Amino acid sequence: MINKTAAEMSNALAKGEVTSVALTKAHLDRIADVDPKVKAFLHVDNENALAQAAAVDADRAAGKALGPLAGVPLALKDVLAQKGVPTTAGSKILQGWKPPYDSTVVAKLKAAGVVILGKTNMDEFAMGSSTENSGYGPTFNPWDLTRTPGGSSGGSAAAVSAFQAPIAIGSDTGGSIRQPAALTGIVGVRPTYGAVSRYGLIAYSSSLDQAGPFGRTVLDTAMLHEVISGHDPKDATSINAPVPAVVAAAKSGNVKGLKIGVIKQLQGSGYQTGVLARFNESLEILASLGAEIVEVDCPSFEFALAAYYLIAPSECSSNLARFDAMRYGLRTGDVDGASAESVMNSTRESGFGREVKRRIILGTYALSSGYYDAYYGSAQKIRTLIIEDYKKAFTQADVLVSPTSPITAFKIGEKSEDPIAMYLADVATIPVNLAGICGMSLPAGLADEDNLPVGFQIMAPAMQDQRLYQVGAALEAALVTKWGGHLISKAPALGGAK
Amino acid sequence: MALSYDDVIAKYEPVLGLEVHVELNTESKMFCSCSTTFGGEPNTQTCPVCLALPGALPVVNAKAIESSILIGLALNCKIAPYSRFSRKNYFYPDMPKNFQISQYDEPICFDGYVDVEIETEEGPKQFRIEIERVHMEEDTGKSLHVGGATGRIHGAEYSLLDYNRAGIPLVEIVTKIVPGTGKYAPEVAKAYVAELRDILRGLKVSDVKMEQGSLRCDANVSLRLIGSGVLGTRSETKNVNSLRSVERAIRGEMIRHAELLNDGQKVKQETRHFQEETGLTRSGRSKEQAEDYRYFPEPDLVPVAPAATWIEELRAQLPERPSLRRKRLKEQWAVPDKEMAAMINADVLDIVEETVLLGSDPTKARTWWLGEISRLANEKDLAIADLSITPKDVADIVALIAAGELTDKLARQVVEGVIAGEGNPAEVVAKRGIKVVNDDGALMAAIEKVCAEQSETADKVRNGHIPAAGALIGAVMKETKGQADAARVRELLLGHLGQATN
Repeated sequence: MINKTAAEMSNALAKGEVTSVALTKAHLDRIADVDPKVKAFLHVDNENALAQAAAVDADRAAGKALGPLAGVPLALKDVLAQKGVPTTAGSKILQGWKPPYDSTVVAKLKAAGVVILGKTNMDEFAMGSSTENSGYGPTFNPWDLTRTPGGSSGGSAAAVSAFQAPIAIGSDTGGSIRQPAALTGIVGVRPTYGAVSRYGLIAYSSSLDQAGPFGRTVLDTAMLHEVISGHDPKDATSINAPVPAVVAAAKSGNVKGLKIGVIKQLQGSGYQTGVLARFNESLEILASLGAEIVEVDCPSFEFALAAYYLIAPSECSSNLARFDAMRYGLRTGDVDGASAESVMNSTRESGFGREVKRRIILGTYALSSGYYDAYYGSAQKIRTLIIEDYKKAFTQADVLVSPTSPITAFKIGEKSEDPIAMYLADVATIPVNLAGICGMSLPAGLADEDNLPVGFQIMAPAMQDQRLYQVGAALEAALVTKWGGHLISKAPALGGAK
Repeated sequence: MALSYDDVIAKYEPVLGLEVHVELNTESKMFCSCSTTFGGEPNTQTCPVCLALPGALPVVNAKAIESSILIGLALNCKIAPYSRFSRKNYFYPDMPKNFQISQYDEPICFDGYVDVEIETEEGPKQFRIEIERVHMEEDTGKSLHVGGATGRIHGAEYSLLDYNRAGIPLVEIVTKIVPGTGKYAPEVAKAYVAELRDILRGLKVSDVKMEQGSLRCDANVSLRLIGSGVLGTRSETKNVNSLRSVERAIRGEMIRHAELLNDGQKVKQETRHFQEETGLTRSGRSKEQAEDYRYFPEPDLVPVAPAATWIEELRAQLPERPSLRRKRLKEQWAVPDKEMAAMINADVLDIVEETVLLGSDPTKARTWWLGEISRLANEKDLAIADLSITPKDVADIVALIAAGELTDKLARQVVEGVIAGEGNPAEVVAKRGIKVVNDDGALMAAIEKVCAEQSETADKVRNGHIPAAGALIGAVMKETKGQADAARVRELLLGHLGQATN
């Protein structure tokens, strides 16, 4: 049962072929079986998951109207607050904290009857591209356990890729859904900024953060996308507009007559040969399906990475100030006679990891008086230029495309001592975040040189998320036909029975 | 060397700058739906947002925006068509997020003024106080330092934190520098804060209770030699919690600065705390090294962009300006200057007006509130507004007296009963069995009894010495337990003793 798609599970549940309890148990068994190797989960919530599943089964038996994902299990990135369940954002500083409230995403999942299996590993406060920055140890890529699954939502991506959950929630500040989706051979979408409420999403960079769905298919991803979207009065930046018809688009993939723009700046040097080969192959398929492929120029994208590494650290230096040992989480150095200030210092010193400290220091510097204009101010100007580049590009094409990541999954430890090399992993995904638009990564095949998954990125204008699914579904259908099945079926079995 | 105030103003010109923080009286906090009620049990009015739990987000209270715009309009400000919130970053245990959401370079209101009038030796004089900006921000929580001798953080054994106040909406009203007030600087500052308080009260946007901290004033003072165009170094005095303190703090700082300057010393740019007991200030945080708050636009909030039509609707709702209202009431009620000042000082203008609007004669209403009711408030050490007697009660009492159902003396008993919580005037009259003795037979019996007991006095009256009647009337009133109408008693008594009235 666990190797089915979420859509298939949904059908089987609706027809009574399986109960949610049985489905949930099967996934919990799979987690018990393979997670010691993959380490996708920080917390597996057996008891609550089974209780939630039983409640959905009871509702179904009582004939209550249920949403399509009711009873389907899911893995939740530990960055989202879930009432009563340990929530750490991958940081030691939040060890033991149990939120007294549900994030809006969790509330929507619960209302839709989605069964939450547990909380997944992540780079601490979503800062990283490999999940190695977790305060609780790395997650391993199910395709090759010596490699990272990408990040920061590496736990969620690995869980879906390893069949521990059919769908998962991640968050994407600079590519943290799309890049791990690419590296683990699954589908991941970063919705338009403001389309999914950030209420209860532990903030890294408020103007860039956005929660989004993972699935093994475009349709599964769309189904989850629909459940978590919608206006939320608790988030002032939430968009008050109808949710784009993503499920309908995923069911009617079609690119005939569409213009697909290839971004000149997001290819070429620095991109692995096998990544470019699979990307170009996908472009040929799209052309053969009736799309017109055009090249678009986004000259400001050259500065996107630099702008991101000023804006995100600046916002995080302020967002993470609340972790001060006064009200929740870790507290160290609280000895007799210690001042509040020394307790704050001691706790932040021992509770935050190196990358988090690096970004707090960077951001504090960038915002300080005398440097603000040169750093934060300039970065905001670049942001405006990137928005302009996209605006112009979207007059020339309906969607824009690029490889999701310049490289396939890298070895654990390979880049962890070289922040700049690590930052480059997000070079193709960051522009979407800076512009507040939406993007998808879907599997484009395996790179010849290492047999590891390659991701194909599709970008669409704000609140045109359905275009991602329309194009993604068309490409996926053609590729599945070509391969004789989904790419994920080629993933290693990890010793356990799938 | 100790200087007198006259010495100071003979040599120096004071320059003021006033920052007034006003707690808005919205039902919920600035960025969440928690209650703002004053005096709740610690940490009972909190939620994920105002405790800054991970993941929680602020949402602007629309009522607070409306109040801020009303304040701006009443202070003759321009209203920004687009303004933003910023984060002011600094660590402090009672500030949950370790940043305060405030407005920095884009305040919602700017460039206004307030005219104030003070009495001077040369007669009334007007001063224009220019307003630099009005901006919105959130209050912090409160720290309670326990175990130290002073209640300050130094020397305390431990501190308790109460986040009920965290996130209460504040509006900060900042003046431009105020030169040219000369020797009247302390009075002008006081009059400005009083005028501001009255304007805010008229707008019904704040409780404006200085003693509860819902209106707080920080006074910036600097001195320069008369005739000099160069500004002196300023000190900023906080914790100024009454109108009288505004005046005292500024006067005190002027003298302190002058003494330093005369001694050839420099005034330190610093925050000082006003001490109510001594009228002096003590040194607080040094501001010489400007703190870097790393302001940047608050990414969790969208810009405030009030529609021009909405602003005009609000402008149309503005109540009468307090200074104009005072002039109008003074004329309408024909109140002498001294009495008017007494009413303003006692803060009873609103309740007197309400009482008049309920049908009372203005003079009678004023006399009750300023007289007996003020006296009882003083006795109980309460503010008049905190007594349980209402303008309606007073209007009823005035009506009962006019109808002859109460005497002034009986009415005082009724007032006392209402304040004691015995009910409204009718209920107090009923419960206490208070009634004017109108029965002439009963009165005559008492008169006869008294005249028999005090026959010598009665004879004096019989012989035409009318003033002697007072003692007899008093005795009759006593005999009738104060329930008689003294005028009627006098009439009957004089008739009884052969002296015609009129």
